[in-house]
Amino acid sequence: MTSTHILSVLVVNRPGVLTRVAGLFARRGYNIESLTVSPTNDPQVSRMTIGVDVDSPSTLEQIVKQLNKLIEVHKIIELEDSAVTRELVLVKVRSDLENRSKIVDTVGLFRGKAVDVSHESITIEATGGREKLEALIKMLESFGILEIVQSGRVAVNRGASALAAKSSRNGS
Amino acid sequence: MADNPRQPKLMTGAQMVVASLEKLGVDVVFGLPGGAIMPTYDPLMDSEGVRHILVRHEQGAGHAAEGYAVATGRVGVCMATSGPGATNLVTALYDAYLDSVPMVAITGQVGASLIGTDGFQEADIRGITMPITKHNFLITRAADIPLALAEAFHIASTGRPGPVLVDIAKNAQQETTEFRWPKQYDLPGYKPTLRPHSRQIKEATTLILEAERPVLYVGGGVAKAGAAGELARLVDITGIPVVTTLMARDVFPDDNPLAMGMPGMHGSVAAVGALQRADLVFAVGARFDDRVTGRLDTFAPMAKVIHADVDPAEIGKNRVADVPIVGDARLTLTRIADALEGKKLPDISVWVEQLQEMRKTYAPGWEEPPAGELSPQYVISRIGALAPDDTVFVTGVGQHQMWASHFLPHRHPRSWLTSGGAGTMGYCVPAAMGAQIGRPEATVWGIDGDGCFQMTNQELVTCALNGIPIKIAIINNNVLGMVRQWQNLFFDKRYSHTDLHSDQYPDFVKLSEALGCVAFRVTQADEIDATIRRANEINDRPVVVEFVVHKDAMVWPMVAAGASNDDIQIARGMAPDWGEQAEDEAVGAAGSGEED
Repeated sequence: MTSTHILSVLVVNRPGVLTRVAGLFARRGYNIESLTVSPTNDPQVSRMTIGVDVDSPSTLEQIVKQLNKLIEVHKIIELEDSAVTRELVLVKVRSDLENRSKIVDTVGLFRGKAVDVSHESITIEATGGREKLEALIKMLESFGILEIVQSGRVAVNRGASALAAKSSRNGS
Repeated sequence: MADNPRQPKLMTGAQMVVASLEKLGVDVVFGLPGGAIMPTYDPLMDSEGVRHILVRHEQGAGHAAEGYAVATGRVGVCMATSGPGATNLVTALYDAYLDSVPMVAITGQVGASLIGTDGFQEADIRGITMPITKHNFLITRAADIPLALAEAFHIASTGRPGPVLVDIAKNAQQETTEFRWPKQYDLPGYKPTLRPHSRQIKEATTLILEAERPVLYVGGGVAKAGAAGELARLVDITGIPVVTTLMARDVFPDDNPLAMGMPGMHGSVAAVGALQRADLVFAVGARFDDRVTGRLDTFAPMAKVIHADVDPAEIGKNRVADVPIVGDARLTLTRIADALEGKKLPDISVWVEQLQEMRKTYAPGWEEPPAGELSPQYVISRIGALAPDDTVFVTGVGQHQMWASHFLPHRHPRSWLTSGGAGTMGYCVPAAMGAQIGRPEATVWGIDGDGCFQMTNQELVTCALNGIPIKIAIINNNVLGMVRQWQNLFFDKRYSHTDLHSDQYPDFVKLSEALGCVAFRVTQADEIDATIRRANEINDRPVVVEFVVHKDAMVWPMVAAGASNDDIQIARGMAPDWGEQAEDEAVGAAGSGEED
């Protein structure tokens, strides 16, 4: 039985860091379930949100310890189960004049919106947690899905506490 | 160069590389030039502080840097050009990574504008070496060179040591700019924990005070931390028996009555038995490698575990630790010894006597070879017996390595160099060369196999030309011995491609003479001592002694791969007699019978 955990990792914003992190996962046989990388309010630092599938708590512990050994990794936290997580999905659905309003109504229930429309198709944008997006996609399947593209997760813990980088210089 | 401190010092990147090495106290670099590193080789020629040793193959440069590092405790440095020059360092970098050897490799890279174009001798050496270096850099601007080199040396030598690669684009070597030596590092993500936590020390102390059958499982981390003295003090205070892994054979003298020898696949019965029957395993700088533990779920089944290591990722990786201690081995051993000093320790004399009995009964030995043939174990033990006290021993990989571990005298720290984690054939000759340069006063004996020797013997030319008087014993059994042993035991004696025919070619004596060495061949038992003595006396040139030995000698004891350490064999089909008392205790505590 595997379980998914979300790690928030602050890394130095330099070329090659993503390769190093992804390479570590590949080399040690860990599975990345989802990965997003983006800038933070500090231009020197990027934030990776990594979803990992693990079969035991000790595997997760190893992943965190091995990541911590990378010189470019500043800080790692495992997000709580209650963390706010979001993904963005773009779904292109087969659509004509007849069913277009039906689709828009359905999408409205999920607070999604149409971002592109043509005579044969409509493209929907929606954000939310994974379950909500899965439910939306299931609803749209009956109309005929042409294409789906989905982002990885971004996530943050609830409450005031924030993940900040360590002080940025060591003494020599 | 302007000496006025107010005026900025203008230098080329290449001059900065050399100036940085001088500032870092580097006295020797092993390398081989080529197009992309030529700018750096130019000022290197004028350096007064840095000696350059021109090797014959970059792999030799890498292993020589390792040998220098292990023998001296300092950072070993090697240098190569881009492309194949850099990729030839890969094996040595990997070897240093697995054995935690502090090493810095400097490689030339094509100019920054050519990177990504598949330019001549362009290789993404940074990408290639990412999984086998502690860290690596690609430098494309001269101004970044001093900081990168300072950080590289800092990373390589602190925490858990390891290899660091600095790849410098040719344009960065050629640019002229201001030389600024960094006052601090820019490494927010690198803060190794060196001081062990007091609570963990206390918990460890409590376990030691409760243990009836404790054992110290000492690994290469103790050697790297230079903690032999601290280990000796802890053993003095506690009287706990010690097993030393292959990487740590030199940190605790074998003639100490509490030394049980090497554990693991080819370990001594006393060392394996000590771990299997212990109620407390205190692991220091050891990583529960599969070659030590055998089948993990049956390893040290009755033992609680204190695991001390400077690398937190090692703790709990293979075996759960009851007390984890993250910290430098020297500080950890000191703190534990301080905590136990003056305390009333439990009486463990029955346990110690039991192990000492086992050590006596099952001391590693060998069967006599057929008449007229030499026993490799005897040869190695004679080299050890006749070697001066300050000798540094270096090995290749295979049967001779295991025999060298068992039968050489291990007395002093930094006197045992071997490729453990990687098992790199070809390590011996260049590593011995590096050790001899780092320790010119010491005698350096390399124990190599005929297979290993044929991989890197060209570095004997380097030794001959530079007056590096290493001594290499080729234990020539004509075959790839360790593989053949496994074929003998597990592949129905089908010796698929393990016969090297080293009795025909090469002629090791002629070859070694051609490489600039004094060379001898020994085929008779009565020639052994006299030849070793002659080799010991030669100090102006490298010496090679080929010992033609018995082909079918085996390494015993042995635990088959994937088997439990309880199934150790002292010879084919022969298990040691653990003694009734030990057997009863084992069954009682484990709650299950053992298979026979």
